[in-house]
Formats: sequence, structure tokens, C-alpha cells
Amino acid sequence: MATTVQPVEQQNYLNSNYGIKSWLLTTDHKRIGLLYLMSITLFFFLGGFFAMLIRLELLTPASDLMQSDNYNKVFTMHGIIMVFLFLIPSIPAVLGNFLVPLMVGAKDLAFPKINLASWYLFMLGGVVALYGMVTGGVDTGWTFYTPFSTTYSNTNVVTVAIGVFITGFSSIFTGLNIMVTVHRMRAPGMTWGRLPLFIWSHYATSVIMVLGTPVIAITLLLVALERLFHIGIFNSQLGGDPLLFQHLFWFYSHPAVYIMILPSMAVISEIVACYSRKRIFGYNFVALASVAIAVFGFLVWAHHMFVAGISVYAAMIFSLLSFLVAIPSAVKVFNWTATLYKGSVHFDTPMLYAFGFIGLFTIGGLTGLFLASIGIDVHVHDTYFVVAHFHYIMVGGAVMGYLGGLHFWWPKISGRLYPEGWAKLSALLIFVGFNVTFFPQFLLGYLGMPRRYAAYPEEFQVLNVLSTAGASILAVGYVLPMIYFVWSLRYGKIAGPNPWNAAGLEWRTSSPPPTYNFEETPIVTWEAYNYDEISEEKGVEVAG
Amino acid sequence: MEQQRETAAFGMWLFLVTEIMFFGGMFCAYLVYRVSYFDAFVAGSQKMNITLGALNTAVLICSSVTMVLGVHAAKTNRRRATVLFLLLTIMLGLVFLGIKAVEYHEHWIAGEFPGPNFHFDGPDPRHTQLFFSLYFAMTGLHALHMIIGICVVGTIAYFAWKGHYSSEFHTPVEITGLYWHFVDVVWIYLFPLLYLISHKH
Amino acid sequence: MWPNLPLFPERASTLAGRVDALYFFLIAVALFFTTLIAVLILVFSIRYRKQRQLKAKQIEGSLALELTWTLIPLSIAMVMFVWGSAVFFYQARPPRGAMEIYAIGKQWMWKFQHVEGQREINELHIPVGRDVKMIMTSQDVIHSFFVPAFRVKADVLPSRYTSTWFRATTPGTYHLFCAEYCGTQHSGMIGRIVVMEPSAYEAWLGGGGTEGSLSATGQKLFQELGCATCHRSDTQGRGPNLVGAFGKPVILEDGRTVVADETYVRESILNPGAKVVSGFKPIMPTFEGQVSEEGLVSLVAYIKSLSQTQQGTQKQNEPAAPVPAGK
Repeated sequence: MATTVQPVEQQNYLNSNYGIKSWLLTTDHKRIGLLYLMSITLFFFLGGFFAMLIRLELLTPASDLMQSDNYNKVFTMHGIIMVFLFLIPSIPAVLGNFLVPLMVGAKDLAFPKINLASWYLFMLGGVVALYGMVTGGVDTGWTFYTPFSTTYSNTNVVTVAIGVFITGFSSIFTGLNIMVTVHRMRAPGMTWGRLPLFIWSHYATSVIMVLGTPVIAITLLLVALERLFHIGIFNSQLGGDPLLFQHLFWFYSHPAVYIMILPSMAVISEIVACYSRKRIFGYNFVALASVAIAVFGFLVWAHHMFVAGISVYAAMIFSLLSFLVAIPSAVKVFNWTATLYKGSVHFDTPMLYAFGFIGLFTIGGLTGLFLASIGIDVHVHDTYFVVAHFHYIMVGGAVMGYLGGLHFWWPKISGRLYPEGWAKLSALLIFVGFNVTFFPQFLLGYLGMPRRYAAYPEEFQVLNVLSTAGASILAVGYVLPMIYFVWSLRYGKIAGPNPWNAAGLEWRTSSPPPTYNFEETPIVTWEAYNYDEISEEKGVEVAG
Repeated sequence: MEQQRETAAFGMWLFLVTEIMFFGGMFCAYLVYRVSYFDAFVAGSQKMNITLGALNTAVLICSSVTMVLGVHAAKTNRRRATVLFLLLTIMLGLVFLGIKAVEYHEHWIAGEFPGPNFHFDGPDPRHTQLFFSLYFAMTGLHALHMIIGICVVGTIAYFAWKGHYSSEFHTPVEITGLYWHFVDVVWIYLFPLLYLISHKH
Repeated sequence: MWPNLPLFPERASTLAGRVDALYFFLIAVALFFTTLIAVLILVFSIRYRKQRQLKAKQIEGSLALELTWTLIPLSIAMVMFVWGSAVFFYQARPPRGAMEIYAIGKQWMWKFQHVEGQREINELHIPVGRDVKMIMTSQDVIHSFFVPAFRVKADVLPSRYTSTWFRATTPGTYHLFCAEYCGTQHSGMIGRIVVMEPSAYEAWLGGGGTEGSLSATGQKLFQELGCATCHRSDTQGRGPNLVGAFGKPVILEDGRTVVADETYVRESILNPGAKVVSGFKPIMPTFEGQVSEEGLVSLVAYIKSLSQTQQGTQKQNEPAAPVPAGK
């Protein structure tokens, strides 16, 4: 990992010791963050590979590239890998792991050994899930709806469900670690009101992880038990109710969407502040919005079930609550935008990602209102409209935030700068490719193209071809950063402790940070985002 | 040291919140189904062995007491007493599992284990089977927690015997105690829900 | 190669116009806010780019602004909520006197049964301008009945009946999709809805031999299974009298009240012990495995007809309560 080309680097977490054991047995949150980074990058490209297969199959109306049973497995594996093995751990387990202790001025997370154990759990779950996929696959969709998953599917549902069950514990432990760290490990003077918004968002995310994940764990366990022992908790022929599964599943899986998007919002807050050289407009409101999203997120699960046979009045209540959860998200978008006002705006790559995030998240969020509005949801539910909507949130939102954050903190993680020109190019490719891929899907959805179709009527073809073309651009955009990040490890310019001249404790230690993060425990006497106190002369020019 | 102890205890409390959610899903399922299929659930409840259930409740309460005594012994630096009480706790845990196994066996013999061989003479066997599905899932999950608990207490007892704990450092004993009490409390809810409330005399 | 490129779905039901109107409103709102954010970002970031604005002006925030952009979106959201719910209410409540069609979903086909006795697979003929209520169940997994041109969708679940309704406004042929993923041939579970002029529909109904109406089939099955020995039309039967029972509240043994709807009738045939009518003994044997889903549908239709004879059958064929046309 660490380069040895440069003469005499100071001691840091990368070069403090070498060898595979020093990585696999490390309890350093920064190294564990990197372990996660490598594993989820692998899963991301695997999930992306399946996405490409889906898009290629949908080039033509007939199911000619794959038989429909293979297509069903491919979209299922795309969903499971992307949701459980990439998106959920992406920012919290990589950037959160790396940055939370640095940002609160701690030596490490509260429970370093549990942190390492959670990576092993994640890998174990991932390997079990992959094993299930390799030895026959699974075709239930990532939602595992009963009674198809419990009774009718002939694929490896149990193995994959157990894999997901195990990774669930990994995110429970990550969430627990972050929560305890924020509560108990803050440096002297780091009051709640001085915490960076990154921490607030991660705190909210952790609440969801701790409260929500066990519910899906038990639900998938019951699915496995039902398949293995023919007990009938969800099986209507045995007296159970398949809708109970949907209630339990979405009780977790709707908040899980916020597990994916809140950390992205965390990243965006940091980036927007830094590249506007300003404190975040309405700090308190942005912080509270995170918590509000986490709380309301638990109350809207049944909006996935408007056409599933729930009562009219239940549907209306969940519709109302779903509209309410949109408000704090809107508040955040407005505050980020207002932060630019009278700022000193720098167009570095992370800022481009932040702009991309705000734009795409706005579209994703607003189309969410279409789905919360029951009259329209009845028509677009389970169509490509929904597919487009949640990709705008999860890819346009979560992945943009993740990549933006990775660029922003790459100098801190690696000690090196990435090549700015290439990075801007790839940000542009991703933005354009993303929109070309997913915007046509809104139209497809309102036209009525159902999701999870291997074959479709001919009149949908043009929009599908457009979408596949966009996906190819997107693919290039995603491969590029991978290449230049690796390149920069050896050839990138030395970053120095604070190349962006950013506020935040993590920039007050060397890059890469020493094993115990700070030479001496920092004492905080300032608010977050004190950009007025950071002189501009030392400033961004260093970054070139 | 104090800081570390509080941090660990805080972590454990959070973990227990997770556990509540873990069991919570099944409690919700149980309550919803019970309201929907009241008679069938009452019929299933009649088949519970209240004597053994009550005995097990007593056993678990005793084990919580021995656990408290163990933690106290660790705090007051009494190594032998700590080990003794922890071993007693394990014993009681095993007794609980043994009695539970007897109960499972009875249900198995009576054809009350859900699945293709399920057999029940009653007006609504299908939903009585649902009761038994939930019964086995909930008590099974609880038993799994007991097994994990016994292993953890065993490990703690080993380290206590090795003299790892003192009045200054006994955090592991304390948070294991928290976990053990939690598992007991879950049973305190399971017992009335499954055995008592729909039992007609 | 590319026959056509539609960008907007056909509109062929009274509901479609209502959904589309709301849809356009939401698009307008979405466009407004997306444009607003995009323009603000562009203007701010260019106006205050570092070359022009070397030092940022620190601004704490503004309670007034925060309240503005909380309350305005909130009130717009409430408009959407009320409007969306109104459309949903219209959609969720079948008008009285709608003609009923039974649908059974199975992996991977749609089976339809008209009350007049016609059966169809993956194809459904309906008349234009009549309210049609679909009463649907599934033989296996969850399916979903989706007709984009009608803006109608409803999940089809095993072991219960769900329903939806529509009134077609334009004759033509429209897609029927299964929208809930249901296994290998999910994308093959598609069909056609053929909307016909009433006269053509009558002709279609008349053509082709049928074995009599659905309720007649049900009546035959009712006799064959021996249901009539207990469910007699006097008060002497060991089971409840079914005449006039459908759609009425039933008091159960444990004191609860349920409405005797399609799902209740179905459950009482397959799992009689679950909800026993007050005053009767749980002696009815289960008919699980003896009656197919089609048979159950015909039994339901028959039991329903026992209640309709009392109120007068003609009601079925009367035009529905006036509904403002969507277009």
C-alpha cells in the first residue's frame, strides 16, 4: 500500500509496520477503513458488472442475451450486492471509520477490536452470500418477497439470506461503535454544538443501523426457517400472512435508504463548507434535519405497500408521513445552496461532486413525492419510475457523495493528491452518464414498463437503448477514479497536512495521520467551519 | 479506567437496544396474529406445560441473582467467590436449557412441531400451527441467546479464575451481567405471553 | 426497426385523466424546484467564484429563511397529499353496481371469469363505459394486476381477494402486465385488455358456448360437495343460512364481528374453524384440496348471488352511479 519512493516520510499509520498480518490483525480504525475500502470496491465492480449485464439484456425487447431465469438471478445479485455489500457499508464503514475519530479528536473508535471484528463479519457475510450466488444463484430480487422466497423459488435463498444476516451484524457493530465514540470519545472542548455536520449525520445513520438492522436480520432468519422447516409465519397456506414479511422488511429497508443517503449528506456538508470557505448556512437546522430524517424514516415503511392490499386509511397515514420526511431533506438542500451565497467558491473536483449530488438528489427527492402521492404511486409502483427514482437517490445521491468524499479526503488517507484534470473529467462523465442512463427510466416508468422484466414490448426499446448507452458512459466514469487513485499512490503530488486549507480536526494532523491520529490530544475552542479564522494565503493555491 | 468502564457499559446498553429490536419483530408478529386468530392461539397455549415454564422462570431468576453476586464479588476483589457464582450461573443456565429441551421433546412427541408432520385436534389447526411456529421461533431464539450467554460467562469465569479482574478492572464481568439480565428479562416477557395469558382454568 | 417512440401512455379510463392531472402538477412543482436550485447554484457559484470573491462573508443562518423553506414546501406537500389521497379514494372505492369479473393469477398467466360464464386466459374483454370491478386472487405467489392505460394497479395475493376497478373510456387493446415480481417467467405474464363497444361486447359474450353463468357453476358445485345438506335455506340447517348473508356483518363465536366478504367466504370453505359464526358448532370439514381456485370463485359468485336475488338481480346491469368522466 504505502509508497517507499519518497525519501524519509514521517511515521504514519501506513508505514508504522508492514506485512499482511499488520493489516489483517490491525485495530487501527484507519487501516480498517482501508480494508473496507478495498472490499467494497470489489463488490461495487461486481455489482456494476451485473448492472451492465442487465442493461445489455434490455437493449432488445426479447430476452435474447440471457434466459429469463438467468436475468432474474442477475438483477437479484445486482441488488443484493449493491445494497447490502456496497451502499450500506460504503460511507459509514470506509469514510466514517476513517474520519469519525479524527474529527472528534480521538485516538481511535471506542471499540477497536469490535471494529475489526465487524470487518471480518462483513467479509464472512459477503463470502457466504457470494458462495450462494456462485453455486446456483438466487432469483428472489433483493427484497426476498414471500411466499416466492419461502416456497416457490428453487434457488439458494437460505445461503444468501444468511450471508445478508451476517453482514447485518457488521453494520450493527459499526453503528454502535460510531455512536459510542461520538458520545464518549470527543476531545476536550468538542461540544455537541461544535461537531462537524459529518458527525451529526453519521450519528443519525448509526441510530438507524442499531435500531433497524436487527429487524431485517430476524426477518431473513424467519424466511430461512420457513424454507428449511416449513413453519408458516409468512405462508398464507399455513395460516401466515405474506404482508407481514413486507411490513418487517420495509421497517428496516426504508430506513436503510437513509443509511445510504445520510452519510452522503454528511460528506456534502463538509465539501460545500470547505470550497465555499464558509460555515454551513443554518448549522443547527442541518444537524437537526439529519436526526429528523432518522426518526421519520422509521415511520414511513408502508409506502412501499400502497397497492399491496393494506387499508385505505393506513395508506393515507403513511402517505402523509412520507411527505413529512421529505421536508428535512429539502431543508438541507436549501441550506447547502444558501451556503454558496457570498462565499468564495472553488471548483475543485469534490465540489463538482457536491454540485452533482445536490442536483441529482433534488430530482431524486422530488420524484419521491410522486411516489408518496398515492394516486400516482398506484400507477408507477413497481415500474421503471421507481427504479429511476431510487437510483437517483442511491447512485446520484449516495455514490456521488461517496466519490466526492473519497476525493476530498484522499490526500488525508494516502498523503497524495489525485490528478485534478482526470478527476474533473470522470466527475463530468459520471454526471452525464448517470442522467442519460436513468432519466429515460422515468419516462419508461410512467409509460408503464414494469421493473424486473427480462423482455418487454417493442415500444419501450428506444428509451432502453438510450439508458444502456448512458450506462456505458457511466461505467467509464467509474473505472477512471479507480485507476488514477491507484496511480496517485505512487506518483501523486505530496499533499501535506491540509491541501484544501480546510477546517476540521482531521486536517490538523499530518497526512497520512500517525497511528494514534494526533501527536497530542487537541483541545477545541472553536466552532466547526471556522473558515473566517483560516487565512486564505496559505490557502487552496497549494493544491494547485 | 472509569471512563473506559462507562464507555463499555454504554456500548452494551446500545447493543441491548439492538437486541430489543431483534426480538421486537417477533413480538409484533405474535401480537398481530394473536389478535387475528385468538381461538387458535388460545388452543395452542393450552398445550404449554405451565409447571415446567414456571420452574424455568424460577431457575432464570435465580441465575440472575447468582450473576449479581458474581459481579459484586468481582468488584470486591473476591476471586474464588466470583468464579463460584459465575459457575453457578452457568449451571442454572444449563438447567434452563435442559428443561426447555424436555418441553420441546414433549411437543415433538405430541406432533406439535410445525411442518409437514404437524398434528393438532382443534377447530383451527392451521393457525394453531402458526402459534407453535412463533413459539418455537421465539423460545428458540431465546435459547440461542442463553447458549451464547453461557459461553460468554464461561469465558469470563475462566479469566476470573486466572485473576484478570479486580476491584479496579471488572468491566467484562459487569457488561456480561447486563447481557445475562437482558436474556432473563426477555424470558419474563415470553413466559406470560406464550404460557399464561390465554390459559383457561 | 423502431416502430414508434411513445413518451406518454395512452389514456383510456376515467381514472387516467385524474392521475395525469396530478402528475402534471407534480412535474410542474418538481421542475420549478429543480430549476430554482440549479439556477441558484449556478448564479452563486459563478458570481462568488474565488476569482471574484476572495474572502467569503460568514453568515450564521437565518431563522426567517429556515422557516420559509420549511413551511412553503410543507404546504405544497400537503396539497400533494390531499390531492393524491383524493385520487386514491376515487380509485380505491368501486362504485356500487359495477360489473364484476374474477381474476386468478398463477405462475405465469392470468385467468379471467366473467359472471356470465365466459372464461379467458391472458386476455380480457370488457365493454367501454361500464364500471368494471376486478375481484382477484392468486394461486401461488403475489402477482400484480397492472393496466398502464387505465393507471390501475393492485397486488393479487394468495388466500385472499383483492379488488380494483376502472371504467374504460376508449375502445382499443391495452397492455396488461404483472407488476409484482413472480418468478422465472414474470415478464411473460402479460396479456391484453380488449375494450369493446357495448354492442360488440354483447355479441362477444353471446358467441362461443359456455356452461352457463358463473353462479350456476357455483350452484352445481355447491350441490356436488354436499354443502346444501347443512347450509339450508331454512333455519333447520346445521350451518348458517347463506341466503342474504353475503356482504353483511357476521358475529363470531368469540364475539368479534367480521364482514362476510369474498375473502371470508373463501376462508370459511378452506379453513372453517378459523372464524365460526356465533351459535354454530365448529363441525364443518375443510374443503382444502378439494376445490380449485376456479371452483372457489364460482362458489363465491353463487353465494353472492343468493344475496342479490333478494335485492333484485337487475341492479347488476343498471348503469352505475354517475361518475364524472375523466376526459
